[in-house]
Amino acid sequence: MVKTTVPRDEYMMQGHVACQGCGATIAMRYVLKALGDNTIMTIPACCWAVIPGVWPQHSLKVPLLYTAFEVTGAALSGIEAALKAKGQDDEINVLGFAGDGGTADIGLQALSGMAERGTNALYVMYDNEAYMNTGIQRSGSTPFGAWTTTTPVGKKKEWKTEFKKSVAEIMVAHRIPYVATASIAFPEDLYAKVQKAKSIKGPKFIQIFSSCPTGWKHSPDITVEVARKAVLSHMFPLYEVENGVYKISQKPKPIPVKEYLKLQGRFRYLDEEAIEKIQEHVDREWELLLKKEEFTQSL
Amino acid sequence: MRDKPYKPKTWKELPYATITDVPSTFNNTGTWRTVKPVIDYDKCISCMICWKFCPDVAISIVPNPKEGAKFDEVPKIDYFFCKGCGICAHECPVKAIDMVQEESK
Repeated sequence: MVKTTVPRDEYMMQGHVACQGCGATIAMRYVLKALGDNTIMTIPACCWAVIPGVWPQHSLKVPLLYTAFEVTGAALSGIEAALKAKGQDDEINVLGFAGDGGTADIGLQALSGMAERGTNALYVMYDNEAYMNTGIQRSGSTPFGAWTTTTPVGKKKEWKTEFKKSVAEIMVAHRIPYVATASIAFPEDLYAKVQKAKSIKGPKFIQIFSSCPTGWKHSPDITVEVARKAVLSHMFPLYEVENGVYKISQKPKPIPVKEYLKLQGRFRYLDEEAIEKIQEHVDREWELLLKKEEFTQSL
Repeated sequence: MRDKPYKPKTWKELPYATITDVPSTFNNTGTWRTVKPVIDYDKCISCMICWKFCPDVAISIVPNPKEGAKFDEVPKIDYFFCKGCGICAHECPVKAIDMVQEESK
């Protein structure tokens, strides 16, 4: 037997209709590997609403409830209430799997409500930084400088001029027991975080960075490399917050953000000034995160 | 789960609710491919990184068919499902996977 770093059980089947080199499918594969088949899942409108295939096909080995765009959090509370009524809420995991549009913009109030009600469920946001399913429109989670179809770049350089909204920090402010960020490029870390979330009672939130070759305009073979460079350049730091205490999972020696940006066509138009602005923002955020870790651990 | 593709002839054969029981494994996503990954088993070190990062679960771990080889298990690509994204070839630490142009049939 060759030793593998993650278990071999698969709960995602072949034959799904994701794009070539899709990052969100890797995220789903590892989340389900960690949760196991004793899971009820809910998915709003997002890429994963189409990936399982055209009806009557289905590519997940767990029961799945499709919901409207804005109600993932409410659906989680509903499923949990039903399980409680049946007395099965301790044995069955409840999972919500939503994209960044359905979490950061449209589904934010339902997510906030779920966190406030203390629903015992895991909410996973797979972050591909735009509304990819409907054709690459900007979302609150799209980073500064990115091209999308609603922030087009032509003669006028009208890329997105706002910085990425940090949903993980919003969830930390809800004082829920577990918040984490993870990346598809580090499956062992992702697996461990979902396992940890599984063992904690109460609302849990994990944000998974999953690159999208179609929307980010990079070739499908570098999906994992792009996700890895996002972590190495501190664009997307990996950390977890347990009961308000920060712990940074990886403190890599930073590579310039340019290394990350130049891999993707959506950042092709950026001039030196804009790249400098992104670098400054990233450095400041990283410094802030280090301070938060130091401060919360000293409390 | 059904064991063959679901093709209802009339609407009367449809189920009452939108509940599905047909696995997506009937979908031949291999037809999307323009380049195909080929593993050179002489170079392969069975690290299973290709298996780990395959978005289509098209790589499985199988017993090594070669007698007396160094590793008892090797990765195997299922070309019925492989969409040819090339993540496996890019991530392979020993460059044992080549992306070969598909020929027209």
